Amino acid sequence: MVSKQYPRLGETVFHEILENGLHVYVDRRRDFQKSYAFFATNYGGMDMRFRLDGEWKNTPAGVAHFLEHKMFDTEDGNALQDLAANGASPNAFTSSAITGYFFESTEKFFDNLKILLSFVSIPYFTRESVDKEQGIIGQEIRMVEDDPDNQVFYALMECLYDHHPIRVPIAGTQASIAKITAGTLYSCHKAFYTPANMVLTVAGDVDPAKVCEIAREILPAEPGHAIDRDYGGEETLEAACGEKTLTMEVSTPIFQLGFKADPARRGEEWLRRTLAGELACEVLLGNSSPLYAKLYSEGLINKNFGYGFELYPGCALMAAGGESKDPQKVRDAVLAEGERLAREGVDPALFSRVKKGVYGAKVRSLNSFENVCIELAQFHFAGVEYFRFPEVFDSITLADVEACIRSWVAPGRCGLAVVRPGEAS
Amino acid sequence: MKVTQITLRPGVHLTAVQTKKFKSSTLAVRFLTPLSEEDASRNALVPMVLRRGTAEHPDLESLSAALDELYGGSLEPLVRKKGETQCVGFAGSFLDDAYALEGEQVLEPAAALMAEVLLRPCTQDGVFCPDYTRQEKDNLIDRIRAQVNDKRQYAQIRVVAEMCTDEPFGVDRLGTEASAQAIDAKELWEQYQKLLRTARVELYYCGSADPERVQAAFAPIVEGLPEGGERMDVTRPAKQKAPAKPRRVEEALDVTQGKLAMGFRTNADAWDKQYPALALVNAIYGGTTTSKLFMNVREKLSLCYYASSGLMKYKDVMLVSSGVEFDKVGQAEGEILSQLYKCQTGDFTDDEMEWARRSVVSTLLTTLDAQSRLEDYWLGQAAAGLAEGPDELAARVEQVTREEAVAAAQDLTLDTVYFLKGRD
Repeated sequence: MVSKQYPRLGETVFHEILENGLHVYVDRRRDFQKSYAFFATNYGGMDMRFRLDGEWKNTPAGVAHFLEHKMFDTEDGNALQDLAANGASPNAFTSSAITGYFFESTEKFFDNLKILLSFVSIPYFTRESVDKEQGIIGQEIRMVEDDPDNQVFYALMECLYDHHPIRVPIAGTQASIAKITAGTLYSCHKAFYTPANMVLTVAGDVDPAKVCEIAREILPAEPGHAIDRDYGGEETLEAACGEKTLTMEVSTPIFQLGFKADPARRGEEWLRRTLAGELACEVLLGNSSPLYAKLYSEGLINKNFGYGFELYPGCALMAAGGESKDPQKVRDAVLAEGERLAREGVDPALFSRVKKGVYGAKVRSLNSFENVCIELAQFHFAGVEYFRFPEVFDSITLADVEACIRSWVAPGRCGLAVVRPGEAS
Repeated sequence: MKVTQITLRPGVHLTAVQTKKFKSSTLAVRFLTPLSEEDASRNALVPMVLRRGTAEHPDLESLSAALDELYGGSLEPLVRKKGETQCVGFAGSFLDDAYALEGEQVLEPAAALMAEVLLRPCTQDGVFCPDYTRQEKDNLIDRIRAQVNDKRQYAQIRVVAEMCTDEPFGVDRLGTEASAQAIDAKELWEQYQKLLRTARVELYYCGSADPERVQAAFAPIVEGLPEGGERMDVTRPAKQKAPAKPRRVEEALDVTQGKLAMGFRTNADAWDKQYPALALVNAIYGGTTTSKLFMNVREKLSLCYYASSGLMKYKDVMLVSSGVEFDKVGQAEGEILSQLYKCQTGDFTDDEMEWARRSVVSTLLTTLDAQSRLEDYWLGQAAAGLAEGPDELAARVEQVTREEAVAAAQDLTLDTVYFLKGRD
């Protein structure tokens, strides 16, 4: 086991690669009541076409999420209840890229860890339980269909992307989940829930050696096969369509504005691109940027305005959204500001201030065990240590950020999705 | 973790939590006043307008730049409801001094900036800038209107409004659209002066600094408050009985899934010695994933996507909230009530009770691990005039007996049923 110190963050992380290929990371935190464990597979909503045992398989939209719901079933009952009975708060989520299972507990950490590793690694599905889950997930999909924030997000994905599976709702649709059987779930579990395709991250005052010991005891000895995935070929950097409008029962128009950014390779480039993307967002749209002040004082955006940079295998984007009485005006103003920054350059004082601000916010976010465990896992899948961010961050220059804005914030790369008030369409 | 509560002046208090475990420090200042329909919107608007600019940093851009220089600290307007007390002010999160790049202090300039925002607003002709007032008033109205967007939360706001229509608790923390519309610039300025002069002031800090240093850092706020005159004291809301026949309200909106919200009277609140028993019974009934509502209404019968219960700690109210198909609402309501009956007749296993207890205790103890939850916890206690920490309350929950839990359940009576249905 390797123990690594990150003095700028005041953290020590223990890292071990088990014989079966599983990476284990433990961020030792003293003085906390709780401990947190996160067990994730590099498999998400967008992994619909892949090769298993030499054969390409196409699966319906929503399998990763469906699997997440069904993994909690065990032969003896339900792991959610077992964990809750030990006072742990368990949960799980499926994103486009990963599926993660976690719990937070103040007592019986190692018992809970055993439960977590067991139920995620041992599938147990029956036809009845799959049928029943179709009802529960069907309700969840309907709930999401009533949620304007979700609808506007997927409308933006459809604007920006021509075929990349990021544009498909993670939970699938009523029609796609109807095609899921116990057989589909077993074969996707076999393909993706292998030690070599997974990671275990822990934060808390726990013994790292004991974490590894339990992982060895419970998880399979074989690493599993490498999996090829197909996202339908490279996307161009042009937006698929400029604008999409929906109507729903909302009080003011809700919008998401997006710019197609350049995807990154695994490794340090992934971390650099992420940090540069976040800085580009702040310089262009952040609270202390001239554009934000202008949009806010003109009443074109309000406190709900938010933005971020997202990076996935094969795609990346800058997105900003919220409520606005005139989303088209917001888009035009952002494009105009992008053009101005490309022409005149970014104010160096603004850049150094924003850099200090983003740095502080990133260090502060390490208070959250959930955030720490998820970031350690996601960056592990991307082939880079998350806690190296202070050094990589130092090396990002004004010119790097200008280059991002110059190439990304352009009319051809831009998509706008709007939900307008009215009878649902 | 060391908690110090000090009265700095009559009606001006500080709660300082000293700990080295976080990367950040939390600072907060809040004005506490009795919740009222007349003042709620005006009070809510004050911090939003103050946040727009100060004499030294007159606009958002320069204020945000000052925060960036403090390592991207935040300073957010806060409007909360604790029982029948409205709390308005600011909460901020700043990098703890230990992680500053040049070893500089962050606490003192952060507290100074908070004092500036609170006490030296950007003014024009002796009142708030009219532009800021108008824009923030529009934003407040938009926020009130936007409550309908989140249907689950909206159903809860509506059931409380219907149930407590004759009590201050029925007033939403942001007030009503009509009262927000009616605010004029001069009135808002007077309300701000009134808050400075008469509201109870609660300061809060959580971070690595000792209480003496914190007190010194907050001095610019304390010294800037008008002296003399009486500041308001905290009050405990009156308890109410449910009507003989529950009130029923239905509303139709364009939704595909119905929302059922049910309000119960609890006959107990945070001041009562039976509060831990109520907290436990809420968890047995609907507060966790091992609860009766989750296991039966959601999992066993698949009647809805979610079904849970929650307590209003500082008011004798419990809410049950559920998302259901329109045609299953009668069945869901029947099942929700039959699960309550099981709690009232002691029809729950020892396991169910222990699972619920572990969950309540764990939620309380992990409050100590999250700065924002800790700030909110201590604000609630300050607004109630209570001094018990989350760990002490957890210790009382450990002691609750089955008989006490059943007795607390028997005090639960259905008051109001609100159903949000689709349009035909």
